[in-house]
Amino acid sequence: MRKGHRQVRPSDPKKTLLRLFSYFKFNRALFFWGIFFIIIGSMAQIAASGMLSPIIDTLVGEYDHAQFIRYIAIMGMFVALISVGQYIGYKFMTQLSQRTVHRIREDMFSHMEKLPISYFDTHSHGDLMSTFTNDVDMLTQSLEQSTSQIIISIVTVIGAFGMMLYLSWILTLVVIAMLMIMLVVVRYIGKKSAANFRDQQAKLADMNSYVEEMMSGQKVVKVFNYEDRAIRSFNTRNEELRVASTGAATYGVMLMPIMGNLSYALYALISMFGAFLVMVNSMSVGNIASFLQYTRAISRPITQVSNQLNTLFAALAGAERIFNVLDEEIEIDRGDVELGEDCEGRGNLCWIVPRGDGQYDEVPLRGFITFEDVDFGYVPGKKVLKDIELYAKPGQKIAFVGSTGAGKTTITNLINRFYEIDKGNILYDGIDIRRIKKHDLRSTMSIVLQDVRLFEGTIADNIRYGRLDATDEEVEEAAKLANAHYFIQNLPKGYDTMLTVDGQNLSQGERQLLSIARAAIANPAILILDEATSSVDTRTETLIARGMDKLMRGRTTFVIAHRLSTVRDADAIMVLEEGKIIERGDHDDLMEQKGRYYALNTGVVELE
Amino acid sequence: MRTLTPYMKKYRIFAILSPILMILEVMADIAIPYLMSRIVDIGIVNRDIGYIVRVGLMMIGAALLGMLFGIISAHYGARAGFGFASEIRESAFRRIQRFSFANLDEFSVSSLITRLTNDCDTIGRVTMMSLRMAIRAPFMALFALIMALRINASLAKVFMVAIPVTAIAIGIVLIKARPLFLKLQTRVDRVNAIIQENLTGIRVVKSFNRQDHEEGRFSDRNDALRDTALQAIALIIFLMPVLNLVIYSTIMAVLWFGGQQVVMGTMGGGELISFITYITQVLMALMMISFFFMQLLRGSASVNRVLEVLNTESEIEEIDEPIKNISDGSIAFNDVWFCYPGSKERTLRDINLNIKSGEVIGIIGSTGSSKSTLVQLIPRLYDVTEGSITVGGMDIRKYDIEALRDQVAFVLQKNTLFSGTIRSNMRWGNEGAKDEQIIRALKQAQAWEFVSQYEDGLDHRVEQGGDNFSGGQRQRLTIARALLKSPKIIILDDSTSAVDMTTDARIQQTFKEELGHITTIIIAQRIASIQYADRIIVMHEGRIESIGDHKTLKEISPIYSEIYESQQRGVGV
Repeated sequence: MRKGHRQVRPSDPKKTLLRLFSYFKFNRALFFWGIFFIIIGSMAQIAASGMLSPIIDTLVGEYDHAQFIRYIAIMGMFVALISVGQYIGYKFMTQLSQRTVHRIREDMFSHMEKLPISYFDTHSHGDLMSTFTNDVDMLTQSLEQSTSQIIISIVTVIGAFGMMLYLSWILTLVVIAMLMIMLVVVRYIGKKSAANFRDQQAKLADMNSYVEEMMSGQKVVKVFNYEDRAIRSFNTRNEELRVASTGAATYGVMLMPIMGNLSYALYALISMFGAFLVMVNSMSVGNIASFLQYTRAISRPITQVSNQLNTLFAALAGAERIFNVLDEEIEIDRGDVELGEDCEGRGNLCWIVPRGDGQYDEVPLRGFITFEDVDFGYVPGKKVLKDIELYAKPGQKIAFVGSTGAGKTTITNLINRFYEIDKGNILYDGIDIRRIKKHDLRSTMSIVLQDVRLFEGTIADNIRYGRLDATDEEVEEAAKLANAHYFIQNLPKGYDTMLTVDGQNLSQGERQLLSIARAAIANPAILILDEATSSVDTRTETLIARGMDKLMRGRTTFVIAHRLSTVRDADAIMVLEEGKIIERGDHDDLMEQKGRYYALNTGVVELE
Repeated sequence: MRTLTPYMKKYRIFAILSPILMILEVMADIAIPYLMSRIVDIGIVNRDIGYIVRVGLMMIGAALLGMLFGIISAHYGARAGFGFASEIRESAFRRIQRFSFANLDEFSVSSLITRLTNDCDTIGRVTMMSLRMAIRAPFMALFALIMALRINASLAKVFMVAIPVTAIAIGIVLIKARPLFLKLQTRVDRVNAIIQENLTGIRVVKSFNRQDHEEGRFSDRNDALRDTALQAIALIIFLMPVLNLVIYSTIMAVLWFGGQQVVMGTMGGGELISFITYITQVLMALMMISFFFMQLLRGSASVNRVLEVLNTESEIEEIDEPIKNISDGSIAFNDVWFCYPGSKERTLRDINLNIKSGEVIGIIGSTGSSKSTLVQLIPRLYDVTEGSITVGGMDIRKYDIEALRDQVAFVLQKNTLFSGTIRSNMRWGNEGAKDEQIIRALKQAQAWEFVSQYEDGLDHRVEQGGDNFSGGQRQRLTIARALLKSPKIIILDDSTSAVDMTTDARIQQTFKEELGHITTIIIAQRIASIQYADRIIVMHEGRIESIGDHKTLKEISPIYSEIYESQQRGVGV
């Protein structure tokens, strides 16, 4: 859940990197040509700096105009190569990184769609969202900047080193000595910086979860006059975050002046030693000019790479989280039974059940559900449902009654295989539901959930979500059935009204009506109403009930409701307690039994 | 309108010192190539080792001094940037704490979270970068230019070409980049929106088999994001090679023109080398300025979002010298009309109502009949548009808001618990509540029966939002929390909907008997939840349709009897 902060260090950077690289194989050409051109560009840059040496030597020594022009022309060529190489190289590398990230996002999303519901129960939305946004963002930036930069750095360091050795090995020794010092400094500051960075991330996570909680409950804060207390605890966190951020940023930024000025010190040393060498004639002034350019060139990549190390590691840690999501097991779906559209040549729906010898049985789709001795628990060892036995004949209305947590919702979640049962069987028209392809199984059912979720788009789009090819007339018909037509018509743009995020511009009741219309248009064999009417008041509910009666005709319906009134005309009522069915029968039977159901009803009975 | 400048006040000293130190660092750095040219042109030419060592040590000294200034500047910059961000964050949080319900409706929760977290961080980072880069780059360019001119004014004419070319290239990219980056942001938002939608609605997606449909929608947006990102980046990657081209072309031009002067002896070789170094510095500085503008572009969006919060004024205001004592729990609505801010539609029409202190009032009515709106006016969560409301015989606008809300406990429809323990949640109602008081309130709300079963009792953990409790348990806990305020008035807005009927009946019993001194207003969907009320108000389309007790209403109110009939069907006797 939301506790503890997100890791900023990957646990296995090598594995993650390799996996990341494996994404490049989709764009192998881009990868190779990108690197190729970047190397060309960097080498040209080194060569162009190298040209300073002969040019200046021509100028300060014996002047040869033709030679001078030739050198300038060669340098011009290198300069052109820098621009072309860099431009094409960067272009390819950014294409590569964008395509890689695009692909990763695509993979993540389609994987997410295939994950079992239990995954979403056990992982907070906030964390998943943050993996999708922050981690992917971080990865994009790192791929974009770091990949090219690391290549450039390697080429520059190697190239510049080679040129330096060629120009003067004595001065190169000076450079190496200074680089040693720089590396020690980088290591020291890097360690400090990493520790501070981790601290900052922890404080940031702490702040984020506090703010998230307070903002979500802001209205409660107001009615309890909690503002001052909220500000007090906010301030403690804010101050901690400020100190941590300042520390992390100081160490992060400090590297720049330190490395920059150390490289200036190196520049000074080279000038000095270089001058001596010129005086003993083992080096030319032009050599010094080139050498000085290289000293500047060689320290820049070290600063840059060390500066990015924290973000690079954080990006890898993010990539690891991304891959963890991708490695999550997807929903099990090993069904071989499919839904046939035109059975016995009469356009009826039926299950096509393979017999194993290449032949098929056609079983008509009727909506007959049987639970045989079913046990279920969300976590191993903790049973939520025990020994559930029930059957629902086609067209019957089965109601579940019981207190919160008794397992009503859970039962309905098993029918469409949101969860896998631990023991027993669930049969659909006599076929084990595990044999039925999930897509086909669910296409015969509609669910109206208590917590209504709508999607960005128009009202018509949202109703059509139940059946994508529904015509405008069918959409309207479904809306009329759910009694949603009236309020939709009164909206300024009617069915074309755009819904904001999750339909927040509609009232709870209206959203409920829409979700009922959405279920209706799917024309399912089985209907599951999960406390669908609990946030619609009784009066609106009466309106819905009329439509529902029409909708339920000919369909097997499972209803979970708190209001006993919606349960009365059910063919069978199951009273659940602690995961067991303790009473069953129709309303009259149960009232006669004077058991739990009777007790639940007494509140109303006392009205008279 | 407010701007962000005042929030820098506390850290002003660092915001001033950081750039000054930065300028000193730049000056030290700028001196080095010049000193180098002296070594070449004087030291080497005169074969003066003493001079070379002296100048060399000066260079090292300058570098060390530059480093010192740089480190302090970095630290001060960080202090100023994140201090500034923390001040802004605090003010924004304080401001949000003062938001009225109307203000809260206007901003979504997630947008408020982003503003307080990411946006404030970005402001801190950008401020720090600005203090460094915005100062460093222009001064670097300026000093390097001056040094170059000092070395050889006639060669400086190459700058007259190089600088405008660079500036134009950067200008074009920046002008083109702005709209593209804004577009990129909306593309990112659209991708995020669909992910969010699918995360919360995964059950719907799966039960309707819409995985492929959603993947298709996602792909479209993901493609659009990639394409826009590539467009935007194309501009940036265009800049680097162009700038490199300009830098090297300038160096070549200097070599060309300067070369002639070196040959003629009017310019030293060392001067030429340092001139080249300065050119690189000037043009690199220009590049830094362009990066700085890009940073600013990102920062400005964050600044605007945070300013939106800071500039939002709560329309609920207190008068001077407000009254702090509320005599009793009587409530009166006098000709009250109400429209939600920004809406023309009258949500409440002509409400007249008198509630005696200690009375139990039930409110029932269909969705959209404005039941919740009616009661939200009492603790001034919204202010009336016309008319007035009195509590304890005094217009509620004359009270101190805190005192009013202390006396009016409100259990919201969307009730939230906060991470911590049951005890810490209960203390929301009363900061210093003792365990006995908490247990009493839990008993009154019928919550003690399950809380007492926990081994750790009041120390039992509460997850964020109270997710580890069932709906009914959460509702009972929130009622207990409200009771701990020992209010004169308590309002329950559909707060027992998930509680089973037997428990619901017991809660009502408690309000009627044990808590008879508290004025109680209960909004409910089921008639059973308000059957014991002294009077029941039937709301219909923003008006009071009728008032009376259960028996009377059954006869006089068609709406009430319709609701009653429909719920009565359930009994079927």
